[in-house]
Amino acid sequence: MVELEKLRFGTELIKRGFAKMQKGGVIMDVTNAEQAGIAEDAGAVAVMALHKVPADIRAAGGVARMADPKKIQEIMDAVTIPVMAKVRIGHVAEARALEALGVDMIDESEVLTPADVFFHIDKRKFVVPFVCGARSLGEAVRRIWEGAAMIRTKGEAGTGNVVEAVRHMRLINRAIDELKGMQKEAIYSVAEKFAEAYCKLANSVKEEMGLNAVTPDTIVYEEYTFVDVVDGLYKVLLEIRDLGRLPVVNFSAGGIATPADAAFMMQLGADGVFVGSGIFKSSNPPEYAKAIVEAVRHYDEPEVVAEVSKGLGDAMKGLDVFKLGEEERLQERGV
Amino acid sequence: MRVAVVGVQGDVEEHVVAAKLAMEKLGMEGEVVATRKPGVVEKSDAVIIPGGESTTISKLIFREVNGKTIAEEILTLAEEGKPIMGTCAGLILLSKHGDEQVEKTKTKLLGLLDVKIRRNAFGRQRESFQVPLEFKGVGVVEAIFIRAPAIVEVGGGVEILAKFEDYVVAARQDNVLGLAFHPELNVEFGDTRVHEYFLNMVEC
Repeated sequence: MVELEKLRFGTELIKRGFAKMQKGGVIMDVTNAEQAGIAEDAGAVAVMALHKVPADIRAAGGVARMADPKKIQEIMDAVTIPVMAKVRIGHVAEARALEALGVDMIDESEVLTPADVFFHIDKRKFVVPFVCGARSLGEAVRRIWEGAAMIRTKGEAGTGNVVEAVRHMRLINRAIDELKGMQKEAIYSVAEKFAEAYCKLANSVKEEMGLNAVTPDTIVYEEYTFVDVVDGLYKVLLEIRDLGRLPVVNFSAGGIATPADAAFMMQLGADGVFVGSGIFKSSNPPEYAKAIVEAVRHYDEPEVVAEVSKGLGDAMKGLDVFKLGEEERLQERGV
Repeated sequence: MRVAVVGVQGDVEEHVVAAKLAMEKLGMEGEVVATRKPGVVEKSDAVIIPGGESTTISKLIFREVNGKTIAEEILTLAEEGKPIMGTCAGLILLSKHGDEQVEKTKTKLLGLLDVKIRRNAFGRQRESFQVPLEFKGVGVVEAIFIRAPAIVEVGGGVEILAKFEDYVVAARQDNVLGLAFHPELNVEFGDTRVHEYFLNMVEC
């Protein structure tokens, strides 16, 4: 007989497990039911329901928020694959609303305007799994400790320029290599360094009031003291050292515009890719979507990547990331 | 012995790790290989189809590469009596009859297990769960269900191995084993009993 008291929802195993099922796949940004259908037909493993794709968010300016739940619901009703949706960094109420709506994964995303300059959401308190952006090992470790079931390198969304996605994947890979040769004491120091990001609120208040800075037993984030945070980050770092990779799935995102871009990110070690504006800002979305799925599957077969790239029409126009001002770079949001 | 894990999409690595560990525990000699191309399955003694998105995995195993598909190779192997295991999305692909979601998405099935499945039978990710279940021939197994399908009808010759509420969640027809949950995720806490059960089917 089934012991119902042992029935559990939203455990770390279930949340991380969901993300593992996406591996080797392409997750596509869509803004309506029709686009979601195109993505599903092309073989996307999931869709990200948005009000506007990142390129249009960038062009429109203003505050970018959670999409209209009615729109998200329409997309959920249109496809059988999982539906993800974005919330602003730190916006617990948007996240609770999306959880209530029943989206399969929440992206706490720098593509939207951040709601909290101090903290990200404590994602362990949710049943629904989260994916978060990261552009360095420190950001990834903090998000994983907070309960993210999946990491995606941030790249620079809405640019159609893969350079930042490559930068962030290289930075994280290199940092993991550094970690592999390190002893426990040295790793604990890294954890202390990574934990400083949680002290901004407490320290700015203490400074204004002329008080001493944070001590190990000061509560700095949710119910956690500084030393709790350090211990938590330390455990994540040890796990990364022992596994030689992040303990959660790591996708690439932010600027992937062509099948070759997608294949390149897989070659650099991504578990899969998010394609945002790249598909529906191209001249032939259904073909583009299929070609990117094929390129991810055959990332190590150059002849296949060449074949699927033939005659696809124009990729999205794209932006030179190096000409963007710091305030225009979405990746700076949420460290 | 060689076990092939159909590695086009999903939690392939977890199955590879679980099958390797199970092999070690049973003292079996052999290798476990993930494959994304035709040519490997046909030379294997057992095949695993992992969890992932059934719509995606189906498209990829039925796609022709140099005139061959992974799907054909799996069918040939099954005919030879070699063990085939599918978990979650893998169960959907093994089954004979789909539901309206399978039809709507025009997902091609292998039809090796005479059951009718329902996709996302328990709901969306929010409703995903884990629970200890009695698995016939194995014992109590912590079963992890992720947007899981369920078996809603069972044909003759199909043995029911585990149930949850009114649903059949593990079934076997001769050399074909289908599970709605993810025993490969149990490798996280070192439990590989379901994979051991599967490997023991090889001699049958």
